[in-house]
Amino acid sequence: MEYNWNWSILFEEQYLNWLISGFGWTVSVALSAWCIAIVIGALVGVGKTVPNKVIRGICATYVEIFRNVPLLVQMFIWYFAVPEMLPDDWGRWMKRDMPNPEFVTAVVALGLYTASRIAEQVRAGIETVPPGLTAAATAHGLSVGQTYRYVLLPISFRMIVPPLTSEFLTVFKNSSLALTIGLLELTAQSQQIAEYTFQGFEAFTAATVIYVCIALVATVLMQLLEKYTRIPGYVGKEG
Amino acid sequence: MADFDFNVIWSSLPFLWQGLQLSLWLTFLSIIGGIVLGTLLALARLSGILPLSLIAATYVNLIRSVPLILVIFWFFFLVPLAIGRPIGSFYSALIAFVLFEAAYYSEIMRAGIQSVKQGQVHAGQSTGLNYWQIQRYVVLPQAFRNMIPILVTQGIILFQDTSLVFVVSLRDFMTASSIVARTEGRLVEMYLFAAVVYFVICFSGSMLVRSLKSRMST
Repeated sequence: MEYNWNWSILFEEQYLNWLISGFGWTVSVALSAWCIAIVIGALVGVGKTVPNKVIRGICATYVEIFRNVPLLVQMFIWYFAVPEMLPDDWGRWMKRDMPNPEFVTAVVALGLYTASRIAEQVRAGIETVPPGLTAAATAHGLSVGQTYRYVLLPISFRMIVPPLTSEFLTVFKNSSLALTIGLLELTAQSQQIAEYTFQGFEAFTAATVIYVCIALVATVLMQLLEKYTRIPGYVGKEG
Repeated sequence: MADFDFNVIWSSLPFLWQGLQLSLWLTFLSIIGGIVLGTLLALARLSGILPLSLIAATYVNLIRSVPLILVIFWFFFLVPLAIGRPIGSFYSALIAFVLFEAAYYSEIMRAGIQSVKQGQVHAGQSTGLNYWQIQRYVVLPQAFRNMIPILVTQGIILFQDTSLVFVVSLRDFMTASSIVARTEGRLVEMYLFAAVVYFVICFSGSMLVRSLKSRMST
């Protein structure tokens, strides 16, 4: 095995800038997609538990479609196929005038995909609330909306914080798929540095270290949130 | 939308089928390799031997915090360097998938091993079985059976993940669809068709998981 080590390559201005900009794109894609995913995931997850059959069916279909098609295929459909399927004016706008098309597409694709996974967590959270509480709410004369607003959601949202941690980490990792539609995020930048300098070892190590740091920071943040939102009396890590 | 062209799908079916075979074959081999290596990692982690469990834990946590695409890039760069000659992209991809998925399978197997009651291990010890015999005949068969639905679910995720070999142009189903899409200029048809094929396979898989779960709970 022959290899010329040259770690200083990472600190040359050009390549350092590439890494920093890649890091920036990774974080912006992941966080923007996360916002979409939380909102839509919560709506769809709640929709899967409501008494109304039609809403439940629509939400279940959403989850099955977005969960059973690989994210890469979804990314390509949003980027290549959707502009062709829309009315001409819209398609032309998406292809020509939309600002940052790679970024917007990546955020939408990743957000809607992650939403289907969050929806499942939300549904599971709502279903773990003991049925007695719903019965008690009904007995008190609360409407369905009020039962959700005052009983089910406050409990279930606090209970699903721990499983959401791993989804939060996954969204950062999945943001790397944006490179397939040409967004130069962290993984793409490290690959590009490897190609330009032939120092693949150093370039990929740098990206790996940055991803590990992102994972550590995200885990710490979510643990703080978990501590803050834990329901006293429910089983938790510290009992 | 009106000029949706089914002919392009029909005429490229043999080419796509070759790609799908590669995807399925890669999935199958990675599942086998991932489960074997993952089980070993889980055993190392639960072995109670500090250096061993530390190494296993570090490996699993490291792999789980980086994206699969980066791991694929790593191995396409490392494998030829380590072996001294190129071994073809299929084998590089296979090594990357086995080592990557092993981290996820090891977490599943760890939960499975921990789901086996401690009394079973004690019973094995008192019958005079040694460590490997206990794992082989008592713990792992039960752990494996308890975890079958989750192992299958992970298999479905793995099948979806194989589409990422697109980034190194290995000709799986996704890459094949995209080649046809570009050369024929039929992006809408080909990508929607790819989505439908993936959906049918993965949805059937998750129905299988559902029926396995309900059969196990009764």
